[in-house]
Amino acid sequence: MAKPGLDGHDRGAKVVAHAMREAGMEVIYTGLHQSVPSIVNQAIQEDADVIGLSIMSGAHIPICKKLMELVNKQAIGDKLIVVGGVIPNKDIPTLKDIGVNGIFPGGVHFNEIVKFIEEKAITH
Amino acid sequence: MGVATYIKDEKDAIKEVTLQSGIEIKPVYTPDDLDRIGFDYQKDLADPGEFPFTRGIHPLGFRSRNWTTRQYTGFGTPEETNERFKLMISHGQTGLNVAFDLPTQMGLDSDDPMAEGEVGRVGMAIDSLRDFEIAFKDIQLNRIGAGLTINAVASIMLAMYQAMAEKFGYKKNEISATPQNDILKEMVGRGAWIYPVEPAVRLIGDTIEYAMKELPRCNPVSVAGYHIRESGCTPAQEISYALMIAFAYIDNVVARGYKAEDFVGRFSFNLNVYGNIWETVAKFRAARKLWAKLLRERYDVQNKKALFLRGIFGGGGSGMTKQQPENNIMRGAYYALAAALSGAQTTALCSFDEAYTIPTERAALLSLRTFQILMDEIGLRDTVDPLAGSYFLETLTKEMEAKILEEMEKVEKVGGMIEAVSSGYVQKEVARQAYEFEKKIQEGRVTKVGVNKYTEGVDMEVELHEYNDEWANLQIQRLGELKESRDNKAVKDSLTALEKAAREEKNVMPYLLECCKSYATVGEMSNVFRDVFGEFVEPNIF
Repeated sequence: MAKPGLDGHDRGAKVVAHAMREAGMEVIYTGLHQSVPSIVNQAIQEDADVIGLSIMSGAHIPICKKLMELVNKQAIGDKLIVVGGVIPNKDIPTLKDIGVNGIFPGGVHFNEIVKFIEEKAITH
Repeated sequence: MGVATYIKDEKDAIKEVTLQSGIEIKPVYTPDDLDRIGFDYQKDLADPGEFPFTRGIHPLGFRSRNWTTRQYTGFGTPEETNERFKLMISHGQTGLNVAFDLPTQMGLDSDDPMAEGEVGRVGMAIDSLRDFEIAFKDIQLNRIGAGLTINAVASIMLAMYQAMAEKFGYKKNEISATPQNDILKEMVGRGAWIYPVEPAVRLIGDTIEYAMKELPRCNPVSVAGYHIRESGCTPAQEISYALMIAFAYIDNVVARGYKAEDFVGRFSFNLNVYGNIWETVAKFRAARKLWAKLLRERYDVQNKKALFLRGIFGGGGSGMTKQQPENNIMRGAYYALAAALSGAQTTALCSFDEAYTIPTERAALLSLRTFQILMDEIGLRDTVDPLAGSYFLETLTKEMEAKILEEMEKVEKVGGMIEAVSSGYVQKEVARQAYEFEKKIQEGRVTKVGVNKYTEGVDMEVELHEYNDEWANLQIQRLGELKESRDNKAVKDSLTALEKAAREEKNVMPYLLECCKSYATVGEMSNVFRDVFGEFVEPNIF
C-alpha cells in the first residue's frame, strides 16, 4: 500500500491496509511521500502480488502514467495494480487504458476490494 | 462521519444513543441533571466574556460583530487565486484563507521533479515573493486578515507575507496573517511535514517569538485539531490533542525565558464541525472553558484576553459524500448552524463538491450564502450562547469536559504530546478509530444518508473544477526568468546567513525576511533547513 507523491492524506490508505490485513493478506505500508521508482523497488524487493496506490490530491492520472511506464519497463506486469482515493468516475476509463487493473474510489466496501484481489491475483 | 451510534428496536424506536466521544445521551434531561452534576452558573459558565468563557469570549458575541467567513481558497497560478480572492470578497467574505499547492507546502519549487503533476493542483503555486505580490495585489491587507494554510514552511511564508505587505506600503503592525504553523498535527493527520519533530517545533517557537515582538496583529499559530478529527479521532480527542499540541508550543517559547501570558493571547485554533450537533456545541463550550482554566493552572496566565480560545470552527470535509452530492449542501447548512451555536469567531465550510475536487466558483459561493442566510435571516446573531441553561446541553458540556481531560491524561501518561507523536502513539489511536468507524459505516451500524441508507435517487453530474496543465508550465517558465533577473549574489548571501542562524539556534525569522526580499525561492530556503535539520522519519505504526 503506497502513498505516492506529495499528498499527505493517509486515512484511507491506513484503513484499507488494516482491512486487507484483517482479510488475511500481508500488507506493507510504504508511508508518505514515496516516489514512483521507490514504490516499484519496494514492490520488487518485497515480492508483492499487488501494488496499491492511494491518491487524494487529484494527481492520479499523471502518477499512474508514470507508474505503468516503470511497471512495463521493469517487466513486473504480473503484479496487480490497484488505485484508490479521490477519483472522479470520468477518470476511471482513462486509468484502465493506462493499465491500472482495479480502481476503488473512496467509500468502496472492503469486501469488494478483497474479492477483486482474490479473483484477479489468480488469473492475472 | 462523526454521527452517534444508535441502537434501535424492531419498531425503529431509539433505545440507546452513544456519541462518538463515548458519552451516552438520555431521552430526557431535567433540572435534576443539573443538580446531579453540581452545575453552578458562575463556576461552570459565567457570563459571556467572563472567565472561564464557556459561553463565549465576547460579552456580546455576534450582536457586536458578525463572524468572519474564510473559505479555503487557492489554485493554479497566483493570478487565478487573486481573482478568486476578489470574487469571494465581492460576495461578502470577510477574511482570506490561502490554499497552497503541495509542492509549496512541501518546500519544493514548481520545477522540482517531485512537483510534477501537482503544481497549482490543490492550491496556488508560490515559488518566491514575486508570486505573493501577484496573489495579494489590490487586497487591503490592513482591513482583511489572511489565514495561510502552511505548516512545514510556515516560517518562510510568514516572512514572505511581511515582505510582500511592506513592499505594498503596509506597516508590519497593521497586517494580520495567521499561518497555520502546526507541525505536530501534520505528523498525526495531514502529512505535509518535512523536518524532524524537534527542529520543526523550534521553527514554530521562532515564529511565535518573532511575532510577539514584530507582528502584533498576526496569530503565529492556528493549532489544528481539525485534521486529527478528519483522520478519525473523536470530538473529545480532537480538543485533547489540540490543547496538548498548544502546550508543546507554549513550552518551547517559555523555555526561551518568556511568560506564556506575553504571547499565548495570539494563539488561535482550527477546529472541526460535523456530525452530531449537540456533541459539537458541547465540545466547543468545554474547549473554551478548559483552555482558560488550564492556561491559568499550568502557566499562571491571568490577563483575560490571553485566555480566549479564538478559532475557526469549520465544516469538516470527511462528512461530505460522493453519493448524492446535493445532500452536502444541507450538511453544510447544519454544520454552519452548529458553528454558530458554538460561538465561532470565524468559520468556513467544505463545499458540496468536496468529495470530487476543490470547489468551483458556484460551490464556494453556495457556502458563503449558507453563512449569510444563517446570520442575516435565521437569527443566529440575536443572542449569545442561546443554548445555555439547557438541562441537556449543560450536562453534556460537563461530560465533554471530563472526556477531554481523560484523553489528555492518556497523552500525559506516554510522556506528553511530542513523545506521543514521535512514537506514533497518537497516529495508531487515530488509525484504529478510523478503521472501526469505516467498518461501522460498511456494516450499517452508523447511518450515512445516501451512502448506506436512502441510497435511491438521482446522482447528479457534478461540475468539476478543472486542473490546467498550463499553470505548471507558466510557473516553471517564470521561475526560470526570476532566477536570471534577480541579484543572485544577494540571494546566496542571504541563504548563507540563514544557514548560519539555523545552525547557531538563532531566531531564523529576520534572516528569512532578508532571503524573501532578495527573491530566494521557497525551495532554496527550505533546502537550507533540510541541510541543517534533516527530514522527519515516520514512526511505523503497522
